[in-house]
Amino acid sequence: MPDAIAESEEQLLEQLQKAAFDYFIEYVDVTTGLVADTSRKGSPASIAVVGFALSCYPIGVERGWITRADGAAQTLKALRFFWNSPQSSKADVTGYKGFYYHFLDMHSGRRAWQCELSMIDTTLLLAGVLTAAAYFTAPTVEESEIRALAEALYRRVDWQWAQNGHETVAQGWKPECGFLQSCWEGYSEATILYVLGSASPNFPLPANSFAGWTSTYQWESIYGYDFLYAGPLFIHLFSHAWIDFRGIQDEFMREKGCDYFENSRRAVSIQREYAARNPLGFIGYGPNLWGITAGDGPGNEELRESGRDRRFFGYTDRGVPFGRDDGTLAPWGMVAALPFSPPSALTAVRHMMERFPDICAGFRLSSSFNPNLVDQGGWISDGYYGLDQGIVVMMIENYRSGLIWKLMRSSPYIASGLRRAGFAGGWL
Amino acid sequence: MASARPPGWRNPDPAHPYDLLILGGGPAGLAAAENAIDCGAKVALIERDLLGGVSLLTGSVPSKSIIRTSRLYANMRDAENFGAIVPTGIQENFAATMERMRRLRARISTYHSADRLKIAGVDLYFGAARFAGPDSIIVEGAIICFRKALVATGARTMATVIPGLEEAGYFTSEDVFDLTECPRRLLVIGGGPLGCELAQAFCRLGSHVVIAQNEAKFLPREERDAAQILSESLARDGVEIHLNTTVVAVKTATTGEKLVDLVSDDIKSTIAVDDILTGVGRTPNVEGLGLDEAGVACDRVTGIRVDDFLRTTNPRIYAAGDVCLEHKFTHAAEASARLAVANALFGEERKWSALTIPWCTYTDPEIAHVGLYVSEAKDRSIPIKTVTVLMHDTDRAMIDGQEEGFVKIHLREGIDEILGATIVAAHAGEMINEITLAIDAHIGLSVLATVIHAYPTQASAIKRVADAFAKSRLTPPRAHDISRPEWPTDLG
Repeated sequence: MPDAIAESEEQLLEQLQKAAFDYFIEYVDVTTGLVADTSRKGSPASIAVVGFALSCYPIGVERGWITRADGAAQTLKALRFFWNSPQSSKADVTGYKGFYYHFLDMHSGRRAWQCELSMIDTTLLLAGVLTAAAYFTAPTVEESEIRALAEALYRRVDWQWAQNGHETVAQGWKPECGFLQSCWEGYSEATILYVLGSASPNFPLPANSFAGWTSTYQWESIYGYDFLYAGPLFIHLFSHAWIDFRGIQDEFMREKGCDYFENSRRAVSIQREYAARNPLGFIGYGPNLWGITAGDGPGNEELRESGRDRRFFGYTDRGVPFGRDDGTLAPWGMVAALPFSPPSALTAVRHMMERFPDICAGFRLSSSFNPNLVDQGGWISDGYYGLDQGIVVMMIENYRSGLIWKLMRSSPYIASGLRRAGFAGGWL
Repeated sequence: MASARPPGWRNPDPAHPYDLLILGGGPAGLAAAENAIDCGAKVALIERDLLGGVSLLTGSVPSKSIIRTSRLYANMRDAENFGAIVPTGIQENFAATMERMRRLRARISTYHSADRLKIAGVDLYFGAARFAGPDSIIVEGAIICFRKALVATGARTMATVIPGLEEAGYFTSEDVFDLTECPRRLLVIGGGPLGCELAQAFCRLGSHVVIAQNEAKFLPREERDAAQILSESLARDGVEIHLNTTVVAVKTATTGEKLVDLVSDDIKSTIAVDDILTGVGRTPNVEGLGLDEAGVACDRVTGIRVDDFLRTTNPRIYAAGDVCLEHKFTHAAEASARLAVANALFGEERKWSALTIPWCTYTDPEIAHVGLYVSEAKDRSIPIKTVTVLMHDTDRAMIDGQEEGFVKIHLREGIDEILGATIVAAHAGEMINEITLAIDAHIGLSVLATVIHAYPTQASAIKRVADAFAKSRLTPPRAHDISRPEWPTDLG
């Protein structure tokens, strides 16, 4: 149950952002600097969550929530861990070819479960690493080491190996079976992957790699909006946490007279249109309550309620307008949409907090909730996910000050990667 | 099925030479025979086995028949969602389902019966035939000469090579309709159109169905969203789905059940089933035809080599249907046959590439397509724009409780030219014909927007696409356009 919802926008955002930021203080391993994937007991670390944490520390410093020295120390701990951890093709190490396994044991830092070496999660980690390098620019020993390690970690990643002989990058690799069969098809959160891969000094992705990926895009007019389609909302948010896409265009967007920022704004509009239509008749949906995306869910269950047969899912891809949709909403998705459509996002957040106060304990937002499953009193995701907290902190900051966007604009690899991928115009 | 090959049939005495000799009595051969005879040609048709071909005997007709029955069962179970009462004690009757299928098959076969062909003036031969030279053929010891010939011998199910599968035994589309009992547990190998259709149908008829597809999605050539909706639909029916999964081995247990080893990336598992159905690919029937003697080039995988006029490497001989086409559909076979007849007998120069061929996978919902896919347009450097209307925005779909799906029409960017369309809807197979007509007649969306569609119909979704296109032309979107009216934020 949250405290009273602040009337001022600034105060509300401060409350939400600080509560999310604290996740990275509470769930970090003091030795390795790794951050837990979720707040649930026994959760392994997620390398993507570490990437978000590294991006949030500068925000914490600027907001006065931690000191610069603490932020640098925490950052350095994680960077040293990643640089010194074992890299090989063996099954129980930390990474291979500069990439890292998606989940790592919080304490030993070794591969957790039998998870995959993840190209996109390594990208999100590297985005955090480069954010840290762009922020900690003081000529101190610690901050100099941060920059040196960031450079070394970035240079070590063998993006060309990750192509596995193809134009585009594979999604993952396992020592047990090699590259995974799944591949990137259609617009996704991988824009930042191609930007960072293209700028690599040692193993750059070839020029045709990004174009090969964009050739699988779907440009559609849906609900009257011309739009680069992707169903789950997070796809329209993640790369934008780091890269300011306002006014810069690649070849695809030049052709369409749009840009990726505007596209995300339209994605929010389509979420609202879908929720207003609410074709499956879920409780709560409306133009001011949306946020249908990949994430946790109530679990695989079939029920009959509200005069309909219902199917619910666990952790899965949800999206609009083609599905999946089981009535599960992601509160953080509405907050993270703030830079694209401030009135829509702010209204939705207030509406959600007023109508479903239980999803926001102490202003920290649950990963997802489902007000259906009426007999069970609805469902709220247990605990918190680091990814959600990270993007809330970053997107609120981008809305409030543009800090992360400004930092990443100054990163030479972001700028050169964007140019190599064919972006031009605007701040580039 | 006596009409498909009457008992005691006696082949006629050959007339010399025939204007058109047709090899194969499937949809292409029958369409060619009827078309040529209507034009006054002297026609012979040779069928090795039964008239009707795959479509009638083991393809479209039997599969759609059992799909129809399976939908009825699904509707009965779904009654509550329509304000009705689920009938008590729904009991699947597989024998009755198959009996209805056989009855329908027999009835439809009479429309192309041996007797009808004979009455129409076609010289009908039964027996294995092979070319004796560039202008003659031997059937049952008789040499038949022709001025022009058409090879329309079709295709058959491709053999599936999996260790242990042959020994364990399996069904293909060619014998699955001979089943007398519904398999208790059925594994379907392959998530193409046939695999998906039959997986859903058998599931609704009472089988526990597992489907293993070695790619990331069903119907690999179709659009992602279509495949995703189908996947959801199959799962809702209760089909156990294994995507990105390869069947690597089959063993038979002492109990008689089949133990099937599956691999998905590094995950290995074994499932137990009672029967296996393979639905992977079709291979052209080119063996034993003496094509070399006739100077007709062919490939065992792609079939008889034809040019855009469906002429083989022997200018006297044409080919049509599954034996030479990539698109192995009954309607494509018939269209190709008519085109080949026009070119062969009347010296016309109609091009196969100029035809617009729609197709449909008859799952629930159906998935239909015509024209270019987005990826094909991009491969050809054609800028493309897609206008989409969701079926949940269509009154009749809401009324019918069939809101799943969409109509997507692909246009040449900036021009009102329809390049292709995909429809996912309960009646997508019916709806796609309107788009096919539009493409064929070079009608754009601005004209379709003026066509009055009966209300309420699901096909009005096509008009809504046209309306959306017309509206977008009046108000072209601009980057950072915030003038467009949106939902107000003061709504609850």
